[in-house]
Amino acid sequence: MTRNYPDEAVGGFPRPPRETTDDEGRSIVVGHATELDALVELYVDFDPADRAQGIPPVGEDAIREWLERITGTDTVNMTARHDGRVVGHAMLVGEDEHELAIFVLQAYQNAGIGTELLRTTLGAAAADGIERVWLAVERWNDPAIALYRRVGFESVDNPDFEMVMTLRLETEA
Amino acid sequence: MVGVDGTERAMETLSESVERARASGDDLTVAVYSGADPVSVVETQVRDRLGALEYDAPVDRLEGHPGGTLVERAERGEYDRIVLPGGTRSPLGKLTFDSTVKFVLLNAHTSVTLIR
Repeated sequence: MTRNYPDEAVGGFPRPPRETTDDEGRSIVVGHATELDALVELYVDFDPADRAQGIPPVGEDAIREWLERITGTDTVNMTARHDGRVVGHAMLVGEDEHELAIFVLQAYQNAGIGTELLRTTLGAAAADGIERVWLAVERWNDPAIALYRRVGFESVDNPDFEMVMTLRLETEA
Repeated sequence: MVGVDGTERAMETLSESVERARASGDDLTVAVYSGADPVSVVETQVRDRLGALEYDAPVDRLEGHPGGTLVERAERGEYDRIVLPGGTRSPLGKLTFDSTVKFVLLNAHTSVTLIR
């Protein structure tokens, strides 16, 4: 599929690893995902209401299978950790164009972690030479859409259920 | 009425629908419309598949807007259920629906079955 991307590239995203304090005063470390089991744990704990378009899947086996598929070569997987526990995960999967998704545990939402995780993931992608990033978001999901707009995503005209947004990255590779 | 646009998923949907129609004794009509391939290619593919399954079903070509035509024909009482392939997966696993599936879901008054 060919999607339209903004002409202007967006840059200046931070590279991992990063250590920040969230709006609740919690110390958060953002870095590349290192072990699959920690991600499985995150998604087993995930609130079903926060699922998006069928992911994460339900049940540990399905979650593991899905994670194995999206953590291969040419993918970017970034985690946000608090006290060693993974509380957020962002991923980029694709070939010419990379699809983005981000999940944050409910107890850690609305504290700036999503923004930090997203920005750092885009920084890692720019360093990897990834230029085109897209995502699909449910049209009613205003907080997510606002977050994506803030970092530079623009919505694309499309007839699907979901809003599609794209971003052209200024690559650093 | 089973809608088939020639994609791999649609062909699987067709096979599964034939199996169910056989088991239940329901009548089945295949509506073909163009996806990546022109409608004539899809029609040949569908007739080949029906032949391989040894199942005899009418095959109708849908020209123009496939979603609109599917809904309209169901509306006229010709069919009581529309069956379509139930969405594809994006590279990272999200479910997505093409514009025909979306149109039928939003506009059909008959039952709609999505096969996954």
